[in-house]
Amino acid sequence: MFDTLQEKLQQTFDRLAGKGKLAEADVDTAMRDVRLALLEADVNYKVVKDFVARVRERSVGAEVMRSLSPAQQVVKIVNEELVALLGEVARLDLSGNSPHVMLLVGLQGSGKTTTAAKLALQLRRQGQRPLMVAADTRRPAAITQLEVLGKQLDIPVHSEGSQVAPPVICANGVQKARASAYTAVILDTGGRLSIDDELMRELEEICKRTNPQEVLLVLDAMTGQEAVRVAEDFHKRLKVTGLILTKLDGDARGGAALSIRAVTGIPIKFVGVGEKTDALEPFYPDRMASRILGMGDVLTLIEKAQENVDREESVKLQRKLQENKFDLDDFLKQLQQIKKMGSITHLMEMIPGFSQMAKEIPEEVTDSHLKRVEAIIRSMNMTERRDPNIMNASRKRRVAKGSGTTVPDVNELLTEFKQMQRMMKQMRTPRGMRNLMNMFKQ
Amino acid sequence: MFWRRNKEQKQEDDAKIEESLVKTKRGFFNRIAGLFTAGDITPAFWDELEELLIFADVGGNTSVDLVEKVREAAEKQGLKKTIEVEALFKQYLAALLKRNTRAFAEGPRMLTVILVVGVNGSGKTTSIGKLGKWYKDQGRKVALGAADTFRAAAIDQLKIWGERIDVPVFASQSGADPGAVVYDSIRACIAREIDTLIIDTAGRLHTKFNLMQEVTKLRSVAAKQVHRAPHETLLVLDATTGQNGLTQAKVFKEAVEITGLILTKLDGTSKGGIVFSISQELNLPIYFVGTGEDITDFAAFDPDVFVEGLFKRETQGV
Repeated sequence: MFDTLQEKLQQTFDRLAGKGKLAEADVDTAMRDVRLALLEADVNYKVVKDFVARVRERSVGAEVMRSLSPAQQVVKIVNEELVALLGEVARLDLSGNSPHVMLLVGLQGSGKTTTAAKLALQLRRQGQRPLMVAADTRRPAAITQLEVLGKQLDIPVHSEGSQVAPPVICANGVQKARASAYTAVILDTGGRLSIDDELMRELEEICKRTNPQEVLLVLDAMTGQEAVRVAEDFHKRLKVTGLILTKLDGDARGGAALSIRAVTGIPIKFVGVGEKTDALEPFYPDRMASRILGMGDVLTLIEKAQENVDREESVKLQRKLQENKFDLDDFLKQLQQIKKMGSITHLMEMIPGFSQMAKEIPEEVTDSHLKRVEAIIRSMNMTERRDPNIMNASRKRRVAKGSGTTVPDVNELLTEFKQMQRMMKQMRTPRGMRNLMNMFKQ
Repeated sequence: MFWRRNKEQKQEDDAKIEESLVKTKRGFFNRIAGLFTAGDITPAFWDELEELLIFADVGGNTSVDLVEKVREAAEKQGLKKTIEVEALFKQYLAALLKRNTRAFAEGPRMLTVILVVGVNGSGKTTSIGKLGKWYKDQGRKVALGAADTFRAAAIDQLKIWGERIDVPVFASQSGADPGAVVYDSIRACIAREIDTLIIDTAGRLHTKFNLMQEVTKLRSVAAKQVHRAPHETLLVLDATTGQNGLTQAKVFKEAVEITGLILTKLDGTSKGGIVFSISQELNLPIYFVGTGEDITDFAAFDPDVFVEGLFKRETQGV
C-alpha cells in the first residue's frame, strides 16, 4: 500500500543520480514504473497507453527544478496530466423547473440504494424537497431497504411493491412529486449488467417516461478494467450525465474513474466515502489523481514544499528522522514549515494512509492544539528541547508559565512527543506502518 | 474434485461455468485464443498477450510475470509458432489456480458452520441463498443465520432467500449484536438437528479495522459453540473487482482467516482475472462461482474448466 509510485521512481532515479535534465533513457525506465502503477490502480489499459505516451513526451528534456528530485519531477508531470484528464469539479444540474429528476443506474452491488439516500439528504441540505422512488423490484428487500433509509432520514419514499413494472413506478413517482410540490426526485433502480438487453431497455423506458435531468451511473471504486465498457454501454443507451464513485473509503485506487472520464467524458460528480448517509462528497480531481498514484496528496505537498520549505533543511530533518535523533527543536521547525502550508488536518489528508484519520479529528482541535504545542516548545530552552527527558517538575512549571499553559498541557506534549518518536521508529517498516494504522483506528 | 458429487452434477456445473464464460470469451480472452492461431512468435505477440491479461484484470505485475515465465519456457523448448504456446500458457494459468485444491468443508460433523464475509455489495446474501440451495440439494439440513444486522433490510433480504429455498432463517432484529445472532443460530441448529449453518455477515471494507475485529469476534463465538467452527470462512468476491481484490483477500485472510472464495457476477463481461493473483499470492482456493441472479446460477469452481473455458474458441460467430 505504501509502495507508492514516487518510491518506485525514486529507486529508478537513484541509479541515475545527478542529472539536471531528464534524459530519454531515464524517462523510459520511469515510464515503465508509471505504467505499472496506473495498471495496478485499475486504470484502463488503453488509457494508460495514451497517457504514458503523453507524459513521456513532456518529460523528455524537461528541466528538473532545483527544489525537486528527478523522481518528484516526473511524478509532478504525471500528476498534472492526471488532474487535467480527470476534469473539473462537476456539480449537479439543478437548473430549470422542478421537480428535478435524477435517475440512478449501475451494476449489482455498486451501491445505488445507499447512494440514493445520501443524495436525497444532500439535496435536502441544499434546500430541496426530495422524494425517493423505490424502483428496484428484483432484488429481495431492496424496496424495504430504501424505505428504512427514508424513515431514518425522514425523507419520503414512493413505492408500489415489487409487482409493478419499474417504469410505471418511476412515472408515478414523478407524477406524485409534481402534485405534492417535491423539488427533486431520486429514482433508485435495480442493479443490472450493461449487456442485459432486456433490463437496459427497461431503463430506456424509464428515461422516456420521466425525462431525468441527471442520469447518474453509480460505480464501485474497486471496479477493474471492465469499468470503461460498463460506462460506455450505459452511456450509449441512456446518455449518462454524471458518475458517482462509491466505496472510496476503502483503499481501492479508483483508476476506473480516470478511465471512464478519459474514454466517455462523463464527469465525476460525487464520491461515496462511507456507510453513513452523509458520507457523500463532491469530487476533487487533484485528490483523485493522488489517490490513483497511491500517494495521498503528496503532490500538493511537493508543490507547497517547493514554495515554503528549505530543501536542505528537510533533507537534514529526514536524516534525523531516520537516525532517530529527532528532537523537540526539529519538531518545532517542522511545525513552522507545516504551518506555512495550511491547516494540519488538511495536511494529514494529504499523507497516504492518514487521510482517514484526519477526517476523524475536528479541525479546530488540531490547529489550536498546534498553537499551544508551539508555545510550549518555545518556552523551553535548547537543552530541554534536545533532551526532553530532563524535564522535571520545576522546569515544567516554568515552561507552563512561560507559554501560558498548564503543567498537564506540558506533560501531554511530552508524552505525545515520546509516542511520536516511537511511531517514527515503527514507521520505517511497512509492517510497523500497518500496526500503526490499526492503533489509530482503535 | 472439491467434494463428492456425481457425474451429472459435475457436468451440469461445468456447463454453467462455461456458459457464463461465453460472454467473457467473446471479450478479450477470445482475442487471446485468436492470438494463438496467428503464426510465428514475435515480440509483439508477447506484448499483446500481456495486454490481454491485463485487460482481464489479472494485474500489471502478475501479467508481466506470467508472460515472462511462459516466454522463457517457450524459448527453452524452442517453440516457434504461437499455436504451440497455447497449451503451455493454459498450463501455467491452470497451475496457478490448482495450487490449492483443499476439499470444501470436508469431514463428517454434527454441525458445519460456514461464515460468509466480504465487502459491501459483493453478493454475500445472494451467494448464501444459492449455497443453501446447493447444500440442500445434497440432502443436508440447512439453516441460514442473519448476522448482517447493520444494513437496512439485509435481514429481510435473507429471509426472502430462506423462503425461496425453503430453509429456516435465524434472525434477530436490525441493529442487534451479530455475535448474539451467531450464538443463537448455532444453539437453534443444535436443538433442531440441523447439520449445516450458513451465516450472513454485514458487508465491510477491509480497511475498517473495527469491522474486521467484529468478524474475529463472530469466529470466536462460533468456536466456543462448535468444535473448530467456523469450518469455512468464505470471502465473496465480485468478479468485476480489479486489483483491489488482491488487497481485499490479503487483509481478510490476515484478519479473519478466510479459507476460500466465492467468485460472483461471473455472468457479466468481467473475467475475474484477479483470482490468479489471489491464488498465486495467498494460496486460497476458489470454491464456487455465481453466474447469475437465479437460485441455480451457482456452481463449484473447477480450475481446469475455468481456464479451458477462457480459451475455448467460439465455433459460430463473434
